[in-house]
Amino acid sequence: MLPPFFGVLFDGLAYGMLLFVLSVGLSVTLGLMNFVNLAHCAFAMLGGYVTVTLVNEFHWPFLATLPAAFVAAALASVVLERFFYRRLYRASDLDQVLLTIGFAFISVAVAAYIFGTLQQPIQAPEFLRGSSTFLGLAFGNYRMFLIGVAIVVTVLLIAGLEYTRFGAQVRAAVDNQRMARGLGIDVDRTFAATFALGSGLAGLGGALAIEIVGLDPSFSFTYLVYVLIIVSVGGLGSIAGSFAAACLIGVSDIAGKYYAPELGAFLIYLVMVVVLMWKPAGLFGKR
Amino acid sequence: MSQMSAPTNPQAYLQSLSRWRPIEIVFWLATLLPFFLFPDYLSLASQIAIAALFALSLDLILGYAGVVSLGHAAFFGIGAYSAGIFSKLVWGEPLTGLVVAAILAGLVGYASSFIVSRFRHLTLIMITLGLGLLLHEAANRAHWLTGGSDGLQGVSIWPVLGLFKFDLYGYTAYGYALAALFICFLAVRRITNSPFGLALRGIRENWVRMPAIGAASRAHIRKAYTIAAVIAGIAGAVLAQTTETVSLESISFQRSADVLVMLVLGGAGRLYGGLVGSVIFMIARDQFSGIAPQYWYFWIGILLVMVVMFLPNGIVGGLSKITARWRRK
Repeated sequence: MLPPFFGVLFDGLAYGMLLFVLSVGLSVTLGLMNFVNLAHCAFAMLGGYVTVTLVNEFHWPFLATLPAAFVAAALASVVLERFFYRRLYRASDLDQVLLTIGFAFISVAVAAYIFGTLQQPIQAPEFLRGSSTFLGLAFGNYRMFLIGVAIVVTVLLIAGLEYTRFGAQVRAAVDNQRMARGLGIDVDRTFAATFALGSGLAGLGGALAIEIVGLDPSFSFTYLVYVLIIVSVGGLGSIAGSFAAACLIGVSDIAGKYYAPELGAFLIYLVMVVVLMWKPAGLFGKR
Repeated sequence: MSQMSAPTNPQAYLQSLSRWRPIEIVFWLATLLPFFLFPDYLSLASQIAIAALFALSLDLILGYAGVVSLGHAAFFGIGAYSAGIFSKLVWGEPLTGLVVAAILAGLVGYASSFIVSRFRHLTLIMITLGLGLLLHEAANRAHWLTGGSDGLQGVSIWPVLGLFKFDLYGYTAYGYALAALFICFLAVRRITNSPFGLALRGIRENWVRMPAIGAASRAHIRKAYTIAAVIAGIAGAVLAQTTETVSLESISFQRSADVLVMLVLGGAGRLYGGLVGSVIFMIARDQFSGIAPQYWYFWIGILLVMVVMFLPNGIVGGLSKITARWRRK
């Protein structure tokens, strides 16, 4: 028999994995271009709405909608990158914050216009419902699936960054952009591709999140705070950092809600402020 | 910037800045117009004056010192809650309440300035956001003190100076808010046109180089941050006293984001930027919310994208560029 503590740990980890998928793209693009993209969760929300529409209106199987969510968010981000973001790479933090917060505002209003302000219902497929009992503790099937997806994403990302040509270019550009340009790497194009990948992952995260946290137009802002916390705690441009930070924040949030509900969200904000004061560049950050 | 290339000695430059221009006098006289022209909209006018005061305080740290803050509502909220709670626990005299709120906001601002002045860029944005969210959550949880999400009820404020009662139409409220705005504006105007203000602008342009010419960046940012916190506290206190209630909204992220939008819309780093921006923002919100409240943020989003893309220095910056071009011809 396992004590209930393990149940909290499991839920926290599953939640952390969800946050990891949502935030890892932002971490890489921030590390690469120093571009503060506060519209990141708007792409996640887009992925979520794509999945909801495909499942409820077109009766696609849930698993088939996940790649669609990825592709939709990635495409949307390519368009925005090409026409807006690209002009502001050299602009101040403030301009980037304002432009992307503007997009986040627009996404909230558009989502409210098309889908209404209610929570979107979604029915997970049969095999992801319910829970399995193991050593006397019930583990939610969907949460296990979530952890599995996150592990696959992590392995693919790390393998892609470590062993492919594109990955080497991304790493070079993150480490020293000027030098990478000097060596003939097209940093802008690398960035556009990375940006699409990161936003696509956010879209995937948004689709996966519906079952756990629901989906409504305020998603762009509610989860933006979590994502930013993870990115800054983990350190910019660090996948391992995002992974560690997502686990830390996920577990502290669930544990806080379970053991000290009167604290509310206090705990994770406190964790963030303390970590940042101790290590301004984040746990795994270099700069 | 054209101001930077003025080939005069610093003293003459500062003096030329602090001279009152006719357009400024016209602007302040125009603020009296609502009393006569729009007596039905005085409560909106006092909301605008409060928002303008808040934007002015953000301008001091963001526009002048270059400290991007996403949690400035923390000080606004502290001011609002202190003024409200003071009136319940001690007495309802408004001016002492204002002073208490300003002092409390200033103390918290001074304490947090030691954290804020150490960081730049994303870490700074995240720290200010995190501190703001922490205080919001604290106000939400401290139900016994603040009323939590129900808001602080039972605030009652005595007449200002024992003469002017806060009336239903908002004559006193607007006069009170306008007086607070004008006095704080004079203070900020004096500060920004002093050598200290010049040093702040230097820090905004290059944080690393300023200490080399004898301006300690961190100490300057600490001072500016504390002053901005005091002014934000006053703005919050005026809101609490004129509306006789404090809601959780006064310390929320929403308010921090709104004031940022107002300031940038008007033009950051310009004394009148925040004022013009808040007038336009508040009137637009009043009008648009009447039509379809839930889509107001669509227009705010469009506005932000437009300002960043086409009007990098805000409306006031754009206007001064046009007038400068017109004068040269």
